[in-house]
Amino acid sequence: MSPETLPKKEAVKEEYRSFIRQRILFVLILLVITPLLVGYAATLGSADISVKAAYDAILHKFFPDRFNPAPTEKLDSGTIVTILWTLRLPRIVLGILAGIGLALAGAVMQAILKNPLASPYTLGIASAASFGASLAIILGVGLVGGEHLIIANAFIFAMIAALLIYLLSIKRTSPETMVLAGIAIMYLFSAMTSSLQYVGEAEEVQEVVYWMFGSLGRADWQSSFPYGNIGIIAMVLLLTIPYLLLKSWDLNALGAGDETAKSLGVRVERIRITCMFIASFITASIIAFTGTIGFIGLVCPHITRMVIGSDHRFLLPGTCLTGAVLLLAADTVARTIVAPEILPVGIVTAFMGVPLFVYLLMRQRGGYW
Amino acid sequence: MKLKIKDLTFSYPGHTILDGITVEIEPSEFFGIIGPNGTGKTTLIKCIDTILKPHGGCVMLDGMEVRDLDKRELAKRIGYVPQHAPGGFPATVFDTILMGRRPYIGWRVTEKDLERVLETVELLGIEELSLRPFGELSGGERQKVLVARALCQDPEVLLLDEPTSNLDIKHQLEVMKIIQTITRKRGILAIMAIHDLNLASRYADRVAMMHGGKIAAVGTPEDVLTVENIRSVYGVEVAVRNDGGKPYILPIRPVEV
Repeated sequence: MSPETLPKKEAVKEEYRSFIRQRILFVLILLVITPLLVGYAATLGSADISVKAAYDAILHKFFPDRFNPAPTEKLDSGTIVTILWTLRLPRIVLGILAGIGLALAGAVMQAILKNPLASPYTLGIASAASFGASLAIILGVGLVGGEHLIIANAFIFAMIAALLIYLLSIKRTSPETMVLAGIAIMYLFSAMTSSLQYVGEAEEVQEVVYWMFGSLGRADWQSSFPYGNIGIIAMVLLLTIPYLLLKSWDLNALGAGDETAKSLGVRVERIRITCMFIASFITASIIAFTGTIGFIGLVCPHITRMVIGSDHRFLLPGTCLTGAVLLLAADTVARTIVAPEILPVGIVTAFMGVPLFVYLLMRQRGGYW
Repeated sequence: MKLKIKDLTFSYPGHTILDGITVEIEPSEFFGIIGPNGTGKTTLIKCIDTILKPHGGCVMLDGMEVRDLDKRELAKRIGYVPQHAPGGFPATVFDTILMGRRPYIGWRVTEKDLERVLETVELLGIEELSLRPFGELSGGERQKVLVARALCQDPEVLLLDEPTSNLDIKHQLEVMKIIQTITRKRGILAIMAIHDLNLASRYADRVAMMHGGKIAAVGTPEDVLTVENIRSVYGVEVAVRNDGGKPYILPIRPVEV
């Protein structure tokens, strides 16, 4: 090795390391922002609770001896804890989990379909869920009866959409076939939802429209298994996130083209189908409870990619946190902007995300975006 | 490392692409595949790396059938350089090359992986490019990056699909020289589909001339690149000059039918 090339090589290595550090820093910053945002969101509501009292009430659950919110003129300590843990935190936690899941599903879809427009919504998963919910709301029918008819219907139809995409692209699982099959399915279910709305009563249609806005208002964590919808979503995420993170390198390789990915030892068809089902499953589990919260899945991966690049080892965790922060921030705005009215969070996500997205888009120096 | 291809066939419905290819390639040989458009050069390369599944025959790597090898194991032994890299989400050159280590990486990138990337970057003289977005590079630079990625796999066999077709003459010569050096120094067996007969003649140890999914002639460039072979396979009248022992092809006119 000649003396000249040694420093050059070391310089490249050092520069690469600093790249990696930047990516880790981004993830760490979001990890700090999230609890700050939780603290702020927890103070909002009709009862006056300070930021300190909110943190104390949250920590009280884990360390009852060390943390206890100071009683105020109107509320005693126990009431503050109860308000936090039964009214405010479930909504906040659902916001975080839904943000994580939807953003992650979007990032995975974009990676396996190599399409910047891909998200569980583009592929008809959301419109199928909407159709399932409409079916329950307007006709009162579903595949599983009972009190959870809307939830079950939304979930089942979302998974039916995923299955249809799979069946339509079974011969050639190319990204293009899957995207086109997904778009066809989206139109089919939208048309079916419209037909239902056409025959439905005014109040029913209104309920459908409200469901499709998406809302975190149905958040709950019961004391017993499966701990309400929050418990279910948390379990889904705990089961799927490790798998997806392990497949980061496969997702990276897919970006280099199917042939290259195959030559690098990736089972392209298998990974594409598995990840499509997992992303659909995550989305279905979330929107069955929240209604269709759009935009997060499409834009959070892009926002993250613009900041830290497309290495999925960092992109996936980064996207999860961007989604959590964006959805929680949007819900916080939704709760305060016309208080005491609460806007559906699905409306606010776009109003908040678009300016950030456009700003980053304009800053790019060409290339992909 | 010896590569044996035996009776390899591949077809799309109603259209045969490879029709019984049989050839043996020796270790550290630079093997060129030439032939007109649509004769199956690319398909042959893809079948060797199991990117496409052949319908008959087999490819043997040191007595093992490649289709029986574990995918990751195969990726450690065969590197593939595609003709083009599709544009996708932006990635830096370093990340693009690092991908070649995927067969060795669990999740964490080790010091050894980084070293291998840096060595290859150095070998190809692309240090200056290494942190630029891959999408912003010129065609020649991209091709070098793709070669670097395949070399990072530490392969025993390197497959290249027309790596020089979009390059200016300087980049063409550089890429060919690099491949030649690697085959000699590291004992890598390189198989390259190539359009330019003169580049093939100058750098390849042996060439196979394909025609209609079959191998029409195989041997040293002097044996294969003859006026008669080129006339019957390409339908072109040429003059073949001797350029330091290597045939140099001067195209004259298409053969009148």
